[in-house]
Amino acid sequence: MTYLRRNELPTLLRAIHDPPRRLYLRGAGSHDVLRGPAVAVVGARACSPYGAQVARMLGRDLAAAGVAVVSGMARGVDGEAHRGALESDGHTIAVLGCGIDRDYPAAHASLARAIAERSLLVSEYEPGVPPAPFRFPARNRIVAGLCVATVVVEARERSGALITADFALEEGREVFAVPGEITSTLSAGTNALLRLGATPLTSAADVLETLGIAPPERETHRHPLLELLPATADELARATGLPPGEVAAALAELELGGLAGEGDGTYRALA
Amino acid sequence: MLARALTFALVGLEPRRVEAEAHVYDATPAFTLVGLVDRACQEAKHRVRTSFRAAHLRWPGRCTVNLAPAELKKEGSGFDLPIALALLAASGQVPHERLAEHASCGELALDGRLRRVGGVLGVAEGARRAGLQKIICAPDACAEAALAGVEPIGARHLSEAVAYLRGDGEPPAFVARDGRPQHVSLDLADVRGQERARRALELAAAGSHNMLLGGPPGIGKTMLARRLPGILPPLDRAAALEVTRIHSVAGLVDPDHPLISEPPFRAPHHSASTAAIIGGGPRLRPGEASLAHRGVLLLDELAEFQRPALEALRQPLEDGEILVARAAGSARFPASFQLIGTMNLCPCGARGDPGAQCSCSPQRIAAYRARLSRALLDRFDIVVTVPRPRASELQAPSGEASEAVGARVVAARRRLAAATPGRSAAADELLTRAVERLRLSGRGRAKVAAVARTIAALAEAENVEPEHIAEALAYRSPPELAP
Repeated sequence: MTYLRRNELPTLLRAIHDPPRRLYLRGAGSHDVLRGPAVAVVGARACSPYGAQVARMLGRDLAAAGVAVVSGMARGVDGEAHRGALESDGHTIAVLGCGIDRDYPAAHASLARAIAERSLLVSEYEPGVPPAPFRFPARNRIVAGLCVATVVVEARERSGALITADFALEEGREVFAVPGEITSTLSAGTNALLRLGATPLTSAADVLETLGIAPPERETHRHPLLELLPATADELARATGLPPGEVAAALAELELGGLAGEGDGTYRALA
Repeated sequence: MLARALTFALVGLEPRRVEAEAHVYDATPAFTLVGLVDRACQEAKHRVRTSFRAAHLRWPGRCTVNLAPAELKKEGSGFDLPIALALLAASGQVPHERLAEHASCGELALDGRLRRVGGVLGVAEGARRAGLQKIICAPDACAEAALAGVEPIGARHLSEAVAYLRGDGEPPAFVARDGRPQHVSLDLADVRGQERARRALELAAAGSHNMLLGGPPGIGKTMLARRLPGILPPLDRAAALEVTRIHSVAGLVDPDHPLISEPPFRAPHHSASTAAIIGGGPRLRPGEASLAHRGVLLLDELAEFQRPALEALRQPLEDGEILVARAAGSARFPASFQLIGTMNLCPCGARGDPGAQCSCSPQRIAAYRARLSRALLDRFDIVVTVPRPRASELQAPSGEASEAVGARVVAARRRLAAATPGRSAAADELLTRAVERLRLSGRGRAKVAAVARTIAALAEAENVEPEHIAEALAYRSPPELAP
């Protein structure tokens, strides 16, 4: 079992008010991942489709820019952020509130394996320690502590994600909040953060700018159809000369990738 | 003296043997007709009596005619001829033995001419099954009767039937007309633009998928749907007979070319009642769903149909037939059709039209869409939203003709019938990813998989590949209709 002692911890984590005594590690990722630029993406477990979509997009775009995406591997926003990072073959760190050998939540066992294959799962608890509610806030200080910035995607008024944001603020780290509908209780927490002065986040580029990282050139791998949006499938078929079946397939792939969406027959670029 | 003539009554599509028994005795002239006959049948008394006079036949004195079995309800005017012939045999004006070799069916005009009635094919099939080889009917019913494999005797007039039975002369022999009726099929070449909807139509034809077309009014949804039968393969002989039988009962066959060998197309108006759509009524007639058997049922403005009528369609969509139960008995009508629905995207119709401003509130739109039950929407494998085309599109060159599309449809159907295409590992992976990402239900997943198989068959691919799954995903139900 590998672990880092307090004096071996990454600088950022060691700098917090109450750094863990030990940090247990699981996974094939190099320890250097912990020392590279990292951003926390956290939020509600019972998130909306919007929240899930944004978390996935942020995970994907941040990881693609070489930033490690840190989260708590909970259901909802956390899980989507990890998945997004894995999608773009980037690094992601799951901070657990139990022993690193426990798969919690059980529904995320396969996600845990996928993370372990490429990156790291970390915990301050010894292997075998069961999950417990009082351990999650403590876990959140490590999530915030590992990162230069914390993004809250969706959070109710008294959400665990806000605890993470509080830790980040206490340590003087950057806090971003994703604006949501003022009528949605799922956005009450994030909107409250915004009122308190958190930076509104509109794309992964906002975070990357703070880190001084140039967003990767999207134009190079941008799908040519995206340049033609918004448009109907028929207009695309005519503009590209492709058979309608191929256009339909390409659009469905873009939808799956979260890059385009359809409404009333018109496709729009999302990213 | 007693005599009988044979005919058949149709219960639904099923012929049941009916004997017209006539008893004639000397007394004050009177005519009694019994045997659970309906109004039209009761009126036969007057038509038969008047046509005897017109044909210069002797009216027997007192007579009673019973249509047996008395428990079976007799409907319509087709019993006129058997009643007349039974009376003639009972009064010794035509020979019994010769009459017993024939079935008969037809309505008598007041001048004695013979008129064709609906359901002749069913009656003729009953005759064949009862071991009779000949049927006396109106001349314009001969072609239909001949389809059942019995010899039709086309009598123009009651006196001609009498002369024939007496052996005094043959009515003009029935000669089957050659050739097929001039089929005025609508061609897909008339449709300009609408590439996606055309493609979806081709898929629907190849895989027999039910399809829902959404979009603002006046963009050619109906025009497209009407062109679906033109790209479907023709019916084989057995299917054609099945379809003709249904249309015959409804009195909808062409007398010269009765066999319906093209897939039928039915488009009932949205004010249609449940009985009009699924069949029934006091006379147990096939409804639009049965008339569309082995063809296409177009429900234009789907959301405007009465909800009970739409819900009644779920049974035939599931079972391919309709069971109409009445106090008097039940009838089974085949109803295996391809359903095409069209609807606007909102009650005012402006949604999806870039040039118009939709004035509908979200609540109204939700109420409009809620008129269709989830269960019915689940039956549509392909859902396509057709936005309003730009003016430039209408000047586009005309599209591919139906003939070319139809050839691909036939080839794809053959491939699908020969073997169900498997799914490659990559396609499986994409489907799983899509289910997770787009939150497809189990049925949603099955529909995507089925449409993808059709796409693969059209592409002449061995297996369903990721690109086929991807395209099928583009035709899935939008979440606001069926999540």
